[in-house]
Amino acid sequence: MTTVLEASCREAYRDALIAAMALDDRLVCLDSDTGLFLGMDFGTAAERYLNLGIAEQNLLGAAAGCARYGRIPFVNTMATFASTRALETVKIDLAYANLPVRIAATHSGLSAGNLGPTHHSLEDLAIMRLLPNMTVLVPADAATTVSLFEQCRDLPGPVYLRLDRKPTPGLPTDAPPIRIGQAQPLRQGEDVLLVCCGPYPVLMALEAAESLAARGVSAAVLNMHTLKPLDEAALAASNAPVVTVEEHWRSGGLGSAVAETLAETGRRVLRVGVPDRFVSMAGDQQFLLERSGVNAESIEAAALRALKY
Amino acid sequence: MTELVADPVAGSSPDRPAEPGSTATSDPVAADRAERAVRVRERIIEMCASGTGGHLGGSMSLVEILVVLYFDILRVDPAKPADPSRDLLLLSKGHGALCLYAVLAERGFFPATRLAEYGQAGGPFMAHPNPALPGVEMPSGALGHGLPIGVGAALEARLSGSPRRTVVVLGDGELQEGSVWEAMMAAGSFGLTGLTAVVDRNRLQITGDTESVVGLEPLDERWRAFGWTVREVDGHDPEQLRAAFTAAPEAGRPTVVLARTVKGRGLPYVEGTVVSHFARLGERQRRRALATVQDGRRP
Repeated sequence: MTTVLEASCREAYRDALIAAMALDDRLVCLDSDTGLFLGMDFGTAAERYLNLGIAEQNLLGAAAGCARYGRIPFVNTMATFASTRALETVKIDLAYANLPVRIAATHSGLSAGNLGPTHHSLEDLAIMRLLPNMTVLVPADAATTVSLFEQCRDLPGPVYLRLDRKPTPGLPTDAPPIRIGQAQPLRQGEDVLLVCCGPYPVLMALEAAESLAARGVSAAVLNMHTLKPLDEAALAASNAPVVTVEEHWRSGGLGSAVAETLAETGRRVLRVGVPDRFVSMAGDQQFLLERSGVNAESIEAAALRALKY
Repeated sequence: MTELVADPVAGSSPDRPAEPGSTATSDPVAADRAERAVRVRERIIEMCASGTGGHLGGSMSLVEILVVLYFDILRVDPAKPADPSRDLLLLSKGHGALCLYAVLAERGFFPATRLAEYGQAGGPFMAHPNPALPGVEMPSGALGHGLPIGVGAALEARLSGSPRRTVVVLGDGELQEGSVWEAMMAAGSFGLTGLTAVVDRNRLQITGDTESVVGLEPLDERWRAFGWTVREVDGHDPEQLRAAFTAAPEAGRPTVVLARTVKGRGLPYVEGTVVSHFARLGERQRRRALATVQDGRRP
């Protein structure tokens, strides 16, 4: 895996938002004391930055109130607070009311690292993809964050944008452009299909595909950055067995979405993700992923297992 | 859910304000509002007499509040329900849906004949407000959602430089939800003068008096401490309600109208009873209830 750390998804999002707010007065930035915008200059859009303090139910409800009158609020909080603490507000006031609120959910997966399970978010994809009307986006690097940010602006309903906290390596520069709802093919292959989302899982899948190639196994890599609506056509385009990779509990997220979709076709689906337990130990994101068995070696082993049957 | 299957023996509450609709007055506006209140109560009763039953008590306690708001205060136009300059009414106590439906029909958002669809399987008239219906701004029913939305709408009005106002109608039991206090704190802190909360203070929740469950008093002091102007009124007196809603807000403070109401108002034999919370009226009960509220028409 390359060790070049380019930028964090959340800072790429922040900069893109501030730039967009200057040009589009529908955009409102609702903060919850995250600190992400400390020292930032919103210029002429300064009055559209509102810090509502540490109160996530009020934050998301207020976003619905703004959206009811034509604004496009970008709500800033941690993934776990949006998806668990304020879930009922998200379900009723955003999803049921079908309002164009964008949730910028930072500290996704294990990216809160040392902050521990109170701040990890390993259930958010399961929760958000269950909600009707919700679009669920998982960028894999700073560049795709900006692209998905731009594209989600005019969607009619609510959007959940899952953002890593710390700088992560960029995707290969020759990757095809990213489109909401269309999986991004990052590598062609015949024998096995690696379906992944999020910065480290995508990089791990690419690394595993390299190792598999050295063994004579041809692996395709599909960046499933849009979890909802899921690009079922991209999954159906091949008959190869599938390995899913995500920074999320193995249940409920990408692996479940793919398995649900493919269950009726008889395709084999193996899931790489965080086991069903809280990751209650000190360590940074990469350490915790490694200790949780989310790494290129696990993906490679799963791919070989998938091929054995 | 408790159902009203027999007429409770509870007497009328001793400190009831004026009979609904009995305002013997030559003021044509007052007479008009009183007549509308009677009609709204009749329709609530009819809906409670449908097969599914409905939230009777908390709808009856709301009648004068919503009639005054929709006929004297809110700038809304049934022909332009999405007008960006419209005032916003959020019924945060969504179990008052029957009253909201009846008042929206009275105000012309849809024909009153459609209320006969209430409870019909597959139809839009659910027991909690359906945002698919004209005039229903947001879904509600789960408590504690309205005031945060109101905070956002009021912040948006300020951003837009719009004079439009946001009114959130809450139940008193609902104030036990923590999200209400998050929003109270934010509204006071942001000084949202365009925001008005109304508390339907009928003092009853499903298991009894609010003060015997988790007490809310001193309610006025609590709102004041969060930065609000408090106006206490008789929630069944249209004049007092109108005065509270039209008084200019204090600089830098949102306004809460604490409206003293009676659960089941208009049906003395269920007033102030917990059993009135949800009712499925049989034919005999329906006729008795209609006759009782229609008595209010007599001068």
